[in-house]
Amino acid sequence: MLSTLQQPPRSLSRIPLHLSSIKPLRSFFTVGSASVSASASQDQSSPPSSQILTVRHSLLSRQITATQLAESYLSRLSLTEPHLHSFLHISDTLLRDAQLIDRKIETGEDVGPLAGVFVGVKDNICTDDMPSTGGSRILENYKAPYDATAVRRVKEKHGILIGKTNLDEFGMGSTTEASSFQVTANPWDLSRVPGGSSGGSAAAVSARQCMVSLGSDTGGSVRQPASFCGVVGLKPTYGRVSRFGLMAYASSLDVIGCFGTSVADTGILLHAISGHDRFDATSSNREVPDFTSQFSSINLMESKPLKGLKVGLIRETLEDGVDNGVKSAISGAASHLEELGCTVTEVSLPSFSLGLPAYYILASSESSSNLSRYDGVRYGNQIFAESLNSLHGDSRSKGFGPEVQMRILMGTYALSAGYYDAYYKRAQQVRTLVRKSFKEALDDNDILISPVAPSAAYKIGEKKNDPLAMYAGDIMTVNVNLAGVPALVLPCGFVEGGPAGLPVGLQMIGAAFDEVKLLKIGHIFEQTLQGCRFIPPLVADDLVVAKDVFRG
Amino acid sequence: MKSSSSSTTTTTHTPTATQEKQQNSQIKISPQTRTKTIDKLIKDYEAIIGIETHVQLSTLTKAFCGCPYNYGAQPNTTICPVCMGLPGSLPVLNSKVIEFAVKLGLALNCNLSLNSKFDRKQYFYPDLPKGYQISQFDIPIATNGYVDLDLPVEFGGGHRRFGITRVHMEEDAGKLLHSGNGRVPLLEIVSEPDMRNGIEAAEYAAEIQRVVRFLGISNGNMQEGSLRCDVNVSIRPIGQSEFGTKVEIKNLNSFSSVNRAIDFEISRQVLLHSQGQGNSIVQETRLWEEGAQKTITMRKKEGLSDYRYFPEPDLPEVILKKEYVDSIQNSLPELPEMKRRRYESMGLSMQDVLFLANDINVAVFFDATIAKGADVKLATNWIMGDIAAYTKNEKVSINNIKLTPQELAELIASIKGGTISGKIGKEILFELIAKGGTVKGMIEEKNLVQIVDPAEIEKMVDKVLLENPKQLEQYHAGKTKLQGYFAGQVMKLSKGKANPGLLNKILQQKLNATRRSGFKSCLGVGLSLEELPNELYTIDWP
Repeated sequence: MLSTLQQPPRSLSRIPLHLSSIKPLRSFFTVGSASVSASASQDQSSPPSSQILTVRHSLLSRQITATQLAESYLSRLSLTEPHLHSFLHISDTLLRDAQLIDRKIETGEDVGPLAGVFVGVKDNICTDDMPSTGGSRILENYKAPYDATAVRRVKEKHGILIGKTNLDEFGMGSTTEASSFQVTANPWDLSRVPGGSSGGSAAAVSARQCMVSLGSDTGGSVRQPASFCGVVGLKPTYGRVSRFGLMAYASSLDVIGCFGTSVADTGILLHAISGHDRFDATSSNREVPDFTSQFSSINLMESKPLKGLKVGLIRETLEDGVDNGVKSAISGAASHLEELGCTVTEVSLPSFSLGLPAYYILASSESSSNLSRYDGVRYGNQIFAESLNSLHGDSRSKGFGPEVQMRILMGTYALSAGYYDAYYKRAQQVRTLVRKSFKEALDDNDILISPVAPSAAYKIGEKKNDPLAMYAGDIMTVNVNLAGVPALVLPCGFVEGGPAGLPVGLQMIGAAFDEVKLLKIGHIFEQTLQGCRFIPPLVADDLVVAKDVFRG
Repeated sequence: MKSSSSSTTTTTHTPTATQEKQQNSQIKISPQTRTKTIDKLIKDYEAIIGIETHVQLSTLTKAFCGCPYNYGAQPNTTICPVCMGLPGSLPVLNSKVIEFAVKLGLALNCNLSLNSKFDRKQYFYPDLPKGYQISQFDIPIATNGYVDLDLPVEFGGGHRRFGITRVHMEEDAGKLLHSGNGRVPLLEIVSEPDMRNGIEAAEYAAEIQRVVRFLGISNGNMQEGSLRCDVNVSIRPIGQSEFGTKVEIKNLNSFSSVNRAIDFEISRQVLLHSQGQGNSIVQETRLWEEGAQKTITMRKKEGLSDYRYFPEPDLPEVILKKEYVDSIQNSLPELPEMKRRRYESMGLSMQDVLFLANDINVAVFFDATIAKGADVKLATNWIMGDIAAYTKNEKVSINNIKLTPQELAELIASIKGGTISGKIGKEILFELIAKGGTVKGMIEEKNLVQIVDPAEIEKMVDKVLLENPKQLEQYHAGKTKLQGYFAGQVMKLSKGKANPGLLNKILQQKLNATRRSGFKSCLGVGLSLEELPNELYTIDWP
């Protein structure tokens, strides 16, 4: 599959040719000539290319070794982590894993499609060789005895886990501030949140701390941080990827998703982890199509490569409360799609505004149940007590953070006898409506588009004491989870803010199990978008520092 | 024939029924006066009994965690992430559970829900790793059925039909982690409150056990907890339409304890009621104490507990296709009720019917014997008599003995056809049971063919009479009972092979003859007593 993939011809120039020589950091992290001063305003350089394919090509053509790559990523981490705090844990077997790949390549063994690809994994996804805390004090130092299916599949394809990324505790939050351990900064502006809950995975990819990463998306936790950090985020159809090994937040909404710096990379990663899993009864039996076959080189594209496609712009996502900067970025993206040959029309999803409260009731209800296993009895932190009730109670009240406790309480309330019909049952009815309206809209249109969030990344602490404002920010994304359909977020523009502007993402929503179409449209959109490079200033800053270091 | 049927009479009761009877009388060991008053009082009340039965599907050890993670290399870690409820683990339902539920639903004459689902029942308990139990709440897989049964003859007999409210699937919440077998799947069967006394309840439970065993979905063993009964008992004065306060009884480890616990609880409630203390009967869970033969309070219920049920999002809906249900329906084995009606139509008494149909293994053995052409009544007698005695003594199941139905049929035919005597048959039977082999082989090997030649038998009779002149004299003097002695001696001489009918006939003739014509002339050979050789005639056994 990979060999058929056409690469943008200029991508080779980005391959670090002299990594082992004098300027390893610079040579590898130079992402095009203009990247040293990457910003929104000025850039005529090439569109993003697949890091996965670039690395594969470099490894197989012996231009670089996986060990060299690992070393440069480790030095990069040591430079960037003190500013970003994307990771809760860095793999201590990184070099060994890389050497293993090198040995395989040396001996001519077949290597998997992710060989030498450094993958960040959100810390609510279980790994058997690193701690898995879910960002929660109650699981501090907890080590799972098994790999999540998605992780196992990454490893089977020779991907290398670089570390476990920070998140809002158990995925509950939209800023990553609700982590029990640390606050992650946005690589575009260190005073801003990276979004959440997969903020660590998004920031790590954005700052090139890893090539791709896994996140989880219950109500937008992959898409919103992708938008905030200027990376590509893919939320697959519910059931496309096994949830086995993903710490459950809201089981009927949770999906493992992918981050990358290009659409192609998220597609390749998704392909690696997709497919039925007998350990997850909700994983789909559907055949996994080749998500990557659509990635053609821009040189081969026609002038109107998306001719005839119908795109629906969701009217309800552009109403009051959405920043003007975001609105104009989205209308710019819509124009771009039109230039590519699409017909863009506004569509209305009347049930859209009902989705947010329904989501918070369903997600809280399920989480109140899913989190009851953390009782301090079998694993995790136990607060010793004389009576069983106090053992449960103390372990939970000291182990869970305030946001999680609030959601457990809300969910417990919503499921209680006498309230079930008014809350949970009603929310399920709303969910049916939402699904139906998405189905109808997607019967009429190839894809739907919308912003990902009402604003770009906001300041750390800005919404910490205003949960309702934070929840309101999820309005663009939660409906997609209620409907179970896939969505792709890719950077489409900038708004003012921070040292170099703040990225804004475009959300493309597709029909269930039609990730192929999303990836195809997303890839063409990305490859043809002019004038925007989404490389955060931190990357450029580091390169300057690195330069100095090596000169000194 | 006589021999076998005589031994049957001691083992006609079903094992349960025998116990019930004995233990029933144990209840009444209490002071006689009190018992009498209660007996009198009970007549004015009606007991309402409903039963919740949990059946462990024993063939599947890991139905909610098809987990291959093998921790065999590390000691004491044979549990998988799923049954430990580890973060990230998910339940997966084994399709066998659905198949078994459908089987049971059909066997209990229920309506099947073609679309059912699982729900989470939530509460905290150290033994509940996930903090909830996967169960079925508002849409169980089967509803609205019934079970037919025949009460044991010793308890007055009679046919009963008890309603089944629902059958649903759930995981066993009572299994500790260190069981190492994961969370075993259960079927819970809820009855209608149709039972009125301990015997009916015990027989209901026994019928459920039979049904699950006939279906092959559980071993139904009560001692091991594979089949557990929680009983709800309330009483009301006869004529009153509203129900009394319901009390739940747990810790019932046998059918007889079901029976005794209920009868105890009825007496307790009746006594309280009759003493004007009816309001001290409260909604509670009581434990049956086997040692003390009484129920004691385990926990009082403080209002309704809120389990915050909601649909289990980790498991898809259970959708049954009509063809699937039909194929299961068509593959159902003959169920206990059908067996009983068939045996009844074969002319067997209810006692025989119940004995044969109560134990699946016995029924299978019987059916196979009949299928080999054996006489129905004779086969029944052998199975209920000597074979049952043996299996009971040796504590083995009928399917573990070496005797095959084929050989039992052969044995019956050999006796009926006169090849061997009943007595020899019985001897062979025990050897066949213990060591196996064939009837034919054994007859040949031991030269056991019955002696039906009158001349040969006559020879032996003569010999015995000759050797026992004293007894013969006594016989003629009027001690006619001695005929039995002579017959015994002849039989002994023939090594049990003489045809008993022929033997008796010839012996009678000879005895009559000796009385009439004197001792000597009875010897057809005309020799005088003194002329006889000293050596006795013996048969040379190989």
